[in-house]
Amino acid sequence: MKIIILGAGQVGRTAAYSLAREEDNQVTVVDVNDDLLRDLQDRIDIRTLVGNGAYPSTLEAAGAKDCDIFIALTNSDEVNMVACQVMRNMFNKDATRIARIRAAEYTRHDKLFRDEDRAFAVDVTISPEQLVTDHVVRLIEYPGALQVLDFADGRVRLVGVKALQGGALVGQQLKQLPTHIEGRDARVAAIYRNGRSVKPHGETVIEHGDEVFFVAAREDIRLVMNEMQRLEDPVRRIVIAGGGNIGFQLAQQLEVKHQVKLIERDQRRARRISEQLNNTIVLNGDAADEELLLEENIDSADVFIAMTNAEEANILSAMLAKRLGCHKVMALINRPAYAELMESGTIDVALSPQQVTIGSLLAHVRRGDVVRVHSLRRGAAEAIEAIAHGIQGEGRVIGKRVEDIPLPEGTTIGAVVRGDEVLIAHHDTLIQRDDHVILFLTDRRHIEIVEKLFDVPRRTGR
Amino acid sequence: MNLLIVQRILGLLLMLFSLTMLPPVGVSLYFQDGNWQPFADAFLALLAIGALVWWPVRKRIRELRVRDGFLVVALFWAVLGVAGAVPLLLSREVEMSVTDAVFEAVSGFTTTGATVLTGLDDMPASLLYYRNQIEWFGGIGIVVLAVALLPMLGVGGMQLLRAETPGPVKDTKLTPRITETAKVLWLIYVGLTAACAAAFWLAGMTPFDAITHSFSTVSTGGHSTHDASIGYFNNIAIELIAVIFMFVGGVNFSLHFLAWRQRNFINYFRDPEFKAYVWLLVVSTVLYATVLCLTKKFDDPGTALRISLFQAVSMQTSSGFVTDNFSHWPGALPVLMMLSTFIGGCAGSTSGGMKVVRWLLMWKQGQREVTQLVHPSAEVPVKLGRKAIDKRVIDAVWGFFAVYVASYGALMVLLIAVGEDQITAFSAIAACINNTGTGLGEVASNFKTLNDSGKWICVLAMLLGRLEVFPLLVLISPTFWRR
Repeated sequence: MKIIILGAGQVGRTAAYSLAREEDNQVTVVDVNDDLLRDLQDRIDIRTLVGNGAYPSTLEAAGAKDCDIFIALTNSDEVNMVACQVMRNMFNKDATRIARIRAAEYTRHDKLFRDEDRAFAVDVTISPEQLVTDHVVRLIEYPGALQVLDFADGRVRLVGVKALQGGALVGQQLKQLPTHIEGRDARVAAIYRNGRSVKPHGETVIEHGDEVFFVAAREDIRLVMNEMQRLEDPVRRIVIAGGGNIGFQLAQQLEVKHQVKLIERDQRRARRISEQLNNTIVLNGDAADEELLLEENIDSADVFIAMTNAEEANILSAMLAKRLGCHKVMALINRPAYAELMESGTIDVALSPQQVTIGSLLAHVRRGDVVRVHSLRRGAAEAIEAIAHGIQGEGRVIGKRVEDIPLPEGTTIGAVVRGDEVLIAHHDTLIQRDDHVILFLTDRRHIEIVEKLFDVPRRTGR
Repeated sequence: MNLLIVQRILGLLLMLFSLTMLPPVGVSLYFQDGNWQPFADAFLALLAIGALVWWPVRKRIRELRVRDGFLVVALFWAVLGVAGAVPLLLSREVEMSVTDAVFEAVSGFTTTGATVLTGLDDMPASLLYYRNQIEWFGGIGIVVLAVALLPMLGVGGMQLLRAETPGPVKDTKLTPRITETAKVLWLIYVGLTAACAAAFWLAGMTPFDAITHSFSTVSTGGHSTHDASIGYFNNIAIELIAVIFMFVGGVNFSLHFLAWRQRNFINYFRDPEFKAYVWLLVVSTVLYATVLCLTKKFDDPGTALRISLFQAVSMQTSSGFVTDNFSHWPGALPVLMMLSTFIGGCAGSTSGGMKVVRWLLMWKQGQREVTQLVHPSAEVPVKLGRKAIDKRVIDAVWGFFAVYVASYGALMVLLIAVGEDQITAFSAIAACINNTGTGLGEVASNFKTLNDSGKWICVLAMLLGRLEVFPLLVLISPTFWRR
């Protein structure tokens, strides 16, 4: 697949990394900054081009004519929109055009991107800030969860949770789960023990410290989490460090149900966001200032979220908050290496904006009808939602029972969504036409085999 | 740096190279020249050695770093010189010392085209074919071929290509995937060669001569199957075809790629380097022809023009084919021609020399200094076409120039020190470092008479010139080896 990415910033770079990793993708990255590009080209096998991505001449040189997917990820919404428009009107009508649109002013108007006679030829808008905000809000909804990922518009969720002493199922075999949650249903999709994946069987015993990923209907999640660890009290007091775009949006969403305090260093910025927030206490100061944190009763806060632009500062202030007695701390960390260092230690959840964003891009690159992709464990694992197309008896999955589908190693089917009905997958669940199948792959490299299973002879267009 | 990975790739490359011994076996059997044994032996020997090198470390798969790239390329070219000499040494038909065989092989791979052999017309066909075949492989670069054929090199392929591709700017990729880029380069190269062979054949060469000469023409190598080189045919059509394909081989292959993909030739004339290249060739042809006419070297202006055109293109593209022994030309012409080889062809082509684009940049830099003197507070960027060139690139060009000239001077002094006269030393090193292969004085047509140490100095000069000095120089710097 031929892919053009505009913008070699953090999101663009991560997208290039994960897309170029797959053999059939030919990636070209365009940016105005040639230092960034040189660095990128040294590391991965892509083509780079210096220039303004909205200019026709640049796009032509980047190979816009025979491009399949066009991803505009520059930090300017306007450049992204114009680039998509130029792309459609001058070069290629069939490419899937994805644009990063940050400003709510744009996204809230359907006429711009969604209607039949839309103003801009953008097929998909993504906003990393919004995605990260949603991600954090979901995590706060389920205290104790490490990951909460939506499938089928949120009817089914994949939840990652650490099994701790006190959970009802900890120390017991997996097959006990149904008797524990009488009448309800859930499926454990993967277990990670000491960083390694363990294949879940009925006889597998859940141990203290395991990282368990399970799939369940939205309303059953709390119940299942209770099996893994003693249920925590709902979050009430939240402290957010950093009043940038993400911090501000987050405060806006959380202040409705929670008590939110936001620490922002820049006085003018603090003043501005305080005018726009209603129930949040905006504090002007340094998030790593011990005195300030103590004064604001960090020891009785339920969650501390470090969301500044500087990841080192996030790590340090989160560690400090934890030591001062905050119950749970999260930090925004971009570098995978840092995230890995921190997550097993003092910091409870390392949030990676790229990882959250990349999933929504990957969904458009996958062959077969894949509607949602979530990248997990720094890109090593993937959870996908694919639609089973085709006629009864023709496809490789339709009309088959889950146990008969030749899935690659480390891959499990977690649930099937049929219309409005959520079916948790068991060995004898029958897959029907147009079912949404939710799969968990512990090894991303098997994705091609899964794609092939769900790929029907190519229809016209995507 | 990881030596085991370097070893693994070297082993693979050597096994790949051993396959190139098979076509000469076929040629030998076809022409019944009784010389197939050395090639078959060399094939087995190289395959076995390559396998031995590769086998113990075959599972060391990791990506190449920048440093590893330099080491692989430099080592591989050195190893190739020796490996390519094996069938020459084994051959009973020619008596060659180790020095001669290595000289001949390196001269082939670097597309220098200097030779220590005489009596080519009576040699077995397979041997003649083999000499030209190595030139052909060396032309666009055997590492490029390897990257095209061995996808497992991955990102490392970029590091390898960068060390092998000539020219100051090496980051331009034609396609997103490096293996694709390498494949495209080779496809163009093969296409041009086929066209050249067909043209030669139509112009009256035997199929064997047509194929072997197309190898050494497109690669701007200059080996021939006759002692009298292209002059043997004495055919104006053949000379013109050779001129065209030497010229094409000296053009940047990215331009060929763009022309092929967009199906038009406009890109050629938008490229400032190409324009300068054409301009230089026209001026030198006219200059040579005028001087030759005025000094009555040739009576007929037509002949003078024909010979000037051929020699101008042949020398500047660093091919080194001859139709007339120009070392007896009047006045400053012979020296001027030797100096023209320092300019060479375009970056990213098969030719040698310092490349037109570098000279162009230095010339523009000179212009810039003049403007700056007149307008001390002016902002004067160095531009190529309409694009401002990064200062880093210009620094690199000057650095390259300094090192190139210094290497040239040092090697020339060394050659004089081992007992050659000044004219010979001057032109032999120029012919070798610029990969032309045709000098003045003692080495006007043949390097046979140089002494052994002289030949080794020339071998070094050819490798330095082909790899553009730095990849080899890097290896002898302490920074490279420091962990």
